[in-house]
Amino acid sequence: MDKTGNEATIGINTKFLEFIRGFGLPRFIIAGFLLILFIMAPFVGADFATQITNTINRFSWNAVMVLAMVPMVHSGCGLNFGLPLGIISGLLGATLSIEFGFTGATSFVMAAAIATPFALLLGGGYGWLLNKIKGGEMMIATYVGFSSVSLMCMMWLLLPYRSPTMVWGMAGKGLRTTISLEGFYDKVLANFLRINIGNLSIPVGSLLFFATLAFLMWSFLHTKTGTAMTAVGSNPVFARASGINVDKMRALSVLMSTWLSAIGILVYEQGFGFIQLYMGPFFMALPAVSAILIGGASVNKASIANVVIGTFLFQGLVTMTPTVMNSMIHMDMSEVIRVVVSNGMILYALTRKTEAKT
Amino acid sequence: MSNEIPLLEIRGVKKDFFGNRVLNDINFTLKKGGILGLVGENGAGKSTLMKILFGMNVIRETGGYEGDILINGEEVNFLTPFDALEAGIGMVHQEFSLIPGFTATENILLNREPLKKNVLSEIFGDRLDKLDTSEMNRQSERAIGKMSVHIDAKMVISSMPVGHKQFTEIARELSKEQLKLLILDEPTAVLTEKEAAALLDSIRSMAAQGIAVIFITHRLHEILGVCDRVVVMRDGAVVRDALAKDADVQKITRWMVGRSVQSSREDVKIGPNKKTIMSIRKLWVDMPGEAVRNVDIDVVEGEILGIGGLAGQGKLGIPNGVMGLYHAGGTVEFDRQPIPLDSPRKCLDCSLAFVSEDRRGVGLLLDETLEWNIAFPAMQIQNKFLKKYFGGLISWRDEKAIREITKRYINELQIKCTSTKQKAKELSGGNQQKVCLAKAFALQPKFLFVSEPTRGIDVGAKSLVLSALRKFNRENGVTIMMISSELEELRMICDRIAIVSGGKIAGILPATESSESFGLLMVSQVI
Repeated sequence: MDKTGNEATIGINTKFLEFIRGFGLPRFIIAGFLLILFIMAPFVGADFATQITNTINRFSWNAVMVLAMVPMVHSGCGLNFGLPLGIISGLLGATLSIEFGFTGATSFVMAAAIATPFALLLGGGYGWLLNKIKGGEMMIATYVGFSSVSLMCMMWLLLPYRSPTMVWGMAGKGLRTTISLEGFYDKVLANFLRINIGNLSIPVGSLLFFATLAFLMWSFLHTKTGTAMTAVGSNPVFARASGINVDKMRALSVLMSTWLSAIGILVYEQGFGFIQLYMGPFFMALPAVSAILIGGASVNKASIANVVIGTFLFQGLVTMTPTVMNSMIHMDMSEVIRVVVSNGMILYALTRKTEAKT
Repeated sequence: MSNEIPLLEIRGVKKDFFGNRVLNDINFTLKKGGILGLVGENGAGKSTLMKILFGMNVIRETGGYEGDILINGEEVNFLTPFDALEAGIGMVHQEFSLIPGFTATENILLNREPLKKNVLSEIFGDRLDKLDTSEMNRQSERAIGKMSVHIDAKMVISSMPVGHKQFTEIARELSKEQLKLLILDEPTAVLTEKEAAALLDSIRSMAAQGIAVIFITHRLHEILGVCDRVVVMRDGAVVRDALAKDADVQKITRWMVGRSVQSSREDVKIGPNKKTIMSIRKLWVDMPGEAVRNVDIDVVEGEILGIGGLAGQGKLGIPNGVMGLYHAGGTVEFDRQPIPLDSPRKCLDCSLAFVSEDRRGVGLLLDETLEWNIAFPAMQIQNKFLKKYFGGLISWRDEKAIREITKRYINELQIKCTSTKQKAKELSGGNQQKVCLAKAFALQPKFLFVSEPTRGIDVGAKSLVLSALRKFNRENGVTIMMISSELEELRMICDRIAIVSGGKIAGILPATESSESFGLLMVSQVI
């Protein structure tokens, strides 16, 4: 009897281990941690509905930027650490749209429209660069992102913006670090078809907007070109031998990623209510990268499901830790945990990369 | 002399890889100061034997070997190459293992440098000892002096001509005081004629100093020039152990390739009035290790043309060059239309297809499903397996059609897999090769290049692959150019066989010719 009992435990153990391996250990830990936070929330006096609302809100702000990771992962360019480049295109679109005097929902549409040529231009150059340095994409991408942010720090001061809502009050020139979107496109997507039940509030418009983009991305990956892009990421030599123009596919993926991050920052701003310039884009890439990794993506495989799950887990963690942990230990742990999780996730994924190759 | 204990004795050595016997009862001896030439076709088992002798890890990982190896009459069993070095065996590999930024002296004595004590090392231990440069120079000069060539001991490796790098490697082995047996694996492959002659001189002078040498090469005249004895291997067995003075190039060739000559095949068909479907003129291909220098060849419609030859002579370069995977020049005409080189897409558009010898690197999407692997080129090149929407604006993957075609080929080629959605990397080598064939068949090409289709796969899969190719050729009338290192395999399924030697076509013979005549062509222009 003892023996059969042992065997049963062993059976359960191996099944459990297999499950964890399939699900991914970090994802398992984070999902478990988040679950505990949700369970503890009512006990420390946090309103459950408010917590859910916050999590969904933050999800809707960030999901598009996480989606921007997908094309480059598929084409084998790795994780887009150069996200700030696309964000800068989005910021140019946003500020120019306001400068030209558009207001309300129109300002959002115009911001997207103006951001597009910038995204294509910058993305094109970025794609050309990444084709020159195959194998070292992620490192170069990081520096492209950082250096473009620094360049724009100067440009925001020097560009001849005149709109009084945006420039420094005293000098009358140079953009402010934070620009309120009130009267422009503050919550235009979020308030569209918004559902309010008691304390629970769901920004349906933002979620629909993300769903549409996610559906378009999913569809693209099912087309001939999307298939070719995935094959380029999976084995570039195979793709070349099958008559695919590898560089063109990679450049296309970079363009798509850059454009999506430009749109992504606009969606973020409309939810947040402010445009953050100067060092704002600097810290945008890491949360997006780690979100998709938590979602179960690897350096060369990513799906829409990875985006949804990852963004939810990561943003859930960021929202829940301050309320729950702070009321428990009266110390602001959230930032620490966010930094540990996001950087730890990236580190984990990069070590897994070589493992997958052999 | 017969009672003298030989330096090396190999007694009944057998080895199999996963049930595949690659060495069968190898026996020979080598005395002190003897020079033994080891020859055999690719895959005859020479390198496996040397790996056993040198204690390479791969042997132990695959289950060790049977039989005994005796050095000076004592049985040895090396677990690592370090044990072999300890016992006085040195090996010079085909690929250089030198540090480019170091001088010859530094490379020769790497990690065995003579050391000097100094104040710091007295306090902190041996790791802080200083290198004794003057002693190093003396030792490396002595090692270089053992060869009959002079190389500059102070020159850094990266600025040396390739021949001198080879000599540096040899000097490194010679600098080991305990060296008794030196194995040279195709040392002359990269050398010019003059350098090769110098190397042969140094081999002689080493032997005169009592070092035994095992010399592996494809250049038979070098064997005859320098060795006392020739051991010929074929299919994992020693077929001949002869004194060099009793052998000549023709005899050795016959021993190397000569199997029981099979009865003439009846199905060989080379119609006299068939039209030429592909003509290749002045083709050169810059493929590392398989450079094609100047190839002229005509392929007749509907035939299976075999391309044979020794490794490194350029036979693999021909399909890789024509299909645009490596930089190439010259003219290729297919069906009277010129084919642009350096463009895989254009070749595929002209209904050419290629099954690469590099299955895992070029042939497969290892991380994707069988469905993708088989359907991908046909989808991208010929727009098959696609559904069109919005007047052709969007071409959507037709998963159902892809599954159908995959199922068809899984049945036809007996691919062993759990489902059409299995990942290609999970299949065995033979089944992966079948997937590569299916991928090419799905393109329905008019002309198919097949490169080393049976390399590294088991016997059952081998015959299946060959018969599938043959069926594809006979039933669909597809012209096939098949490149293989195994002459017997070519003779089994081809109509004509061209032998490549030194980057050129050495000759084209009907498949029914004797093995011997092919063997002679193989070594005719070896460089």
